[in-house]
Amino acid sequence: MKSLEELKAIREKMQGQVGMRHEDETTTRVVVGMATCGIASGARPVLNAFVEGVAAKGINDKVVVTQTGCIGLCQYEPIVEVMEPGKEKVTYIKMTPEKAAEVIDKHLVRGQVVAEYTFK
Amino acid sequence: MYRSHVLVCGGTGCTSSGSQAIIEKLNFEIAKNGLDKEVQVVKTGCFGLCALGPIMIVYPEGTFYSMVKEADIEEIVSEHLVKGRVVSRLVYDETVTTEGVKSLQDTDFYRNQKRIALRNCGVINPENIEEYIGTGGYEALGKALTEMTPEQVIDTILASGLRGRGGAGFPTGRKWQMARNFVQDGGQKYVCCNADEGDPGAFMDRSVLEGDPHVVLEAMAIAGYAIGASQGYIYVRAEYPIAVKRLEIAINQAHEYGLLGKDIFGTGFDFDIGLRLGAGAFVCGEETALMTSIEGNRGEPRPRPPFPAVKGLFERPTILNNVETYANVPRIILNGAEWFAEMGTEKSKGTKVFALGGKINNTGLVEVPMGTTLRTIIEEIGGGIPNGKKFKAAQTGGPSGGCISAENLDVPIDYDNLIAIGSMMGSGGLIVMDEDNCMVDIAKFFLQFTVDESCGKCTPCRIGTRRLLEMLDKVTKGQATLEDLDRIEKLCYYIKDNSLCGLGQTAPNPVLSTLRYFKDEYIAHVVDKKCPAGVCKDLLSYEIDKEKCIGCGMCARQCPASAISKTDYTAPGKKLPALAIDPEKCVKCGACMAQCKFGAISKK
Repeated sequence: MKSLEELKAIREKMQGQVGMRHEDETTTRVVVGMATCGIASGARPVLNAFVEGVAAKGINDKVVVTQTGCIGLCQYEPIVEVMEPGKEKVTYIKMTPEKAAEVIDKHLVRGQVVAEYTFK
Repeated sequence: MYRSHVLVCGGTGCTSSGSQAIIEKLNFEIAKNGLDKEVQVVKTGCFGLCALGPIMIVYPEGTFYSMVKEADIEEIVSEHLVKGRVVSRLVYDETVTTEGVKSLQDTDFYRNQKRIALRNCGVINPENIEEYIGTGGYEALGKALTEMTPEQVIDTILASGLRGRGGAGFPTGRKWQMARNFVQDGGQKYVCCNADEGDPGAFMDRSVLEGDPHVVLEAMAIAGYAIGASQGYIYVRAEYPIAVKRLEIAINQAHEYGLLGKDIFGTGFDFDIGLRLGAGAFVCGEETALMTSIEGNRGEPRPRPPFPAVKGLFERPTILNNVETYANVPRIILNGAEWFAEMGTEKSKGTKVFALGGKINNTGLVEVPMGTTLRTIIEEIGGGIPNGKKFKAAQTGGPSGGCISAENLDVPIDYDNLIAIGSMMGSGGLIVMDEDNCMVDIAKFFLQFTVDESCGKCTPCRIGTRRLLEMLDKVTKGQATLEDLDRIEKLCYYIKDNSLCGLGQTAPNPVLSTLRYFKDEYIAHVVDKKCPAGVCKDLLSYEIDKEKCIGCGMCARQCPASAISKTDYTAPGKKLPALAIDPEKCVKCGACMAQCKFGAISKK
């Protein structure tokens, strides 16, 4: 290690990894329904798209992507819920990795709910 | 990029209850389900709640599984990791509420804690330096080397009020200042780390070394910069194999990344650390004995002065700090002295780690701000005393400390208050005792330990503690007189005043403090020839109530001394003759009483 910059580079690389391991009330939670119904209709690629997309945008210190069981609306799977602290829960339905990328870009980064994919 | 991290405790406690097999099974099941690119298994250090091991936490949800068995892994992987359904029967029940699973930080065990020394324990993989760097590791060293002068480092530590966590509580900054200033001949100085944790029931240093070894290396390098040393030694007990292994890995990795060795951060500062394994003598935790042992000689103390800061290892200026003390240093450098000094009491700043053991529900490792009361630690964090028993005393400071009785439960714990009530901080072992513990027996236990561990160099310790033990033995056998109690007390003070090192000077503390708070128990042994807690075997007798005995003979079958035989009395309504214990043959093991289902056997 010849410089502080090298140390900083390692820290930034690792922060997204280690940063997951604490609980914080200020983080936004993205919850993907991963019961049998969800998995059967393709929730796993959606989950992975969220995990990778959030990391790629560098917002993984503010957003955690996690999974849950059956939400009870099996015909609308894959379902993704976005819970921001102090705001109403937003439920996205029939998600795909492509739609996920749009939600990350518009909703998680810029704060605009993508109304056309939500449950009405 | 992993979407989920499964943290499994790899500390000594959980390893001994099988966490290694759990990790292997987890990796196997995760691969079988095709999740090996999505879920990462991390072997960490101690989470603190050792009583519930093996422990496993799944992030980002923060689900806390306790007492996990290898057979549960398949279910956890297929339900939780694949489908996102928490396996609630395995979740730590404190976190389960009617509204679902609550955060671990809100449980009684964690809520009152403040983790500074233990901040990375149970969070990072101790065998991966990059995870340590990811939590801000080695930034304090970078800051010290590039932005601060050695004097500023020492001033920061001084202003923080950090005191030695090994027991005596000497101000750390003062120690560093002395080592820097007293000898300035440009020669070698040394930075040593005391990891020879020997108190029965203390395991906080082990947990730091196992869970976060790099924090110790970083702090030692900072100390080296502050006092002008380029060589450090960690003296660690060979009985801590996991700690030794992780320290070796950590030192090698730090070398690889250039965080130890020559020209660190390109500042021209050189620092290296060597490991020295202790062979297990308790006296080697005493600073002069420890340094003598590093030099390759028999670990015996020597008189002070000269103090190590002037003439220590290899007759050169040396500082010696405890593991937990070092674990606080990087955070103080990064966050500033004021941040640290805000926590704690007037003269004891920061936090203290305690190893909770004995009659307590949550056996484990806790870190609380100085000034927390014993009541909070025992009743809230520790979860109280098992089986509805009553608290009698807590022993702090191991064989050098004393007992705290129920009347002092609300005293804020810090260095000075503990000394005022006749105990001491020690390294932080905290053993809880209930009404079934005999205080004379406890004093005898700790004294037996110091008798065994006395190095024999000075007479007051070598012979004095042995005579003291013999007198205590008389008390527990019911052969002592009230004059003996006075003689015990007198000998205690003699040993304290005349011993060469800390071992002898503190050895009588367990006796003195029990004499002070539990004199009535000593008197019961001497005058009434009774042990109120029913521990001292020579003062006990077991009896069978012939009216209750049904003559089943279960007790006789258990008796290792064949002391139980039939009588010719049969109680009304019973079919077989009652049994009786022959007091001449009875060894008072209590096996018969534990076996009897009819409550016919009692202890007097």
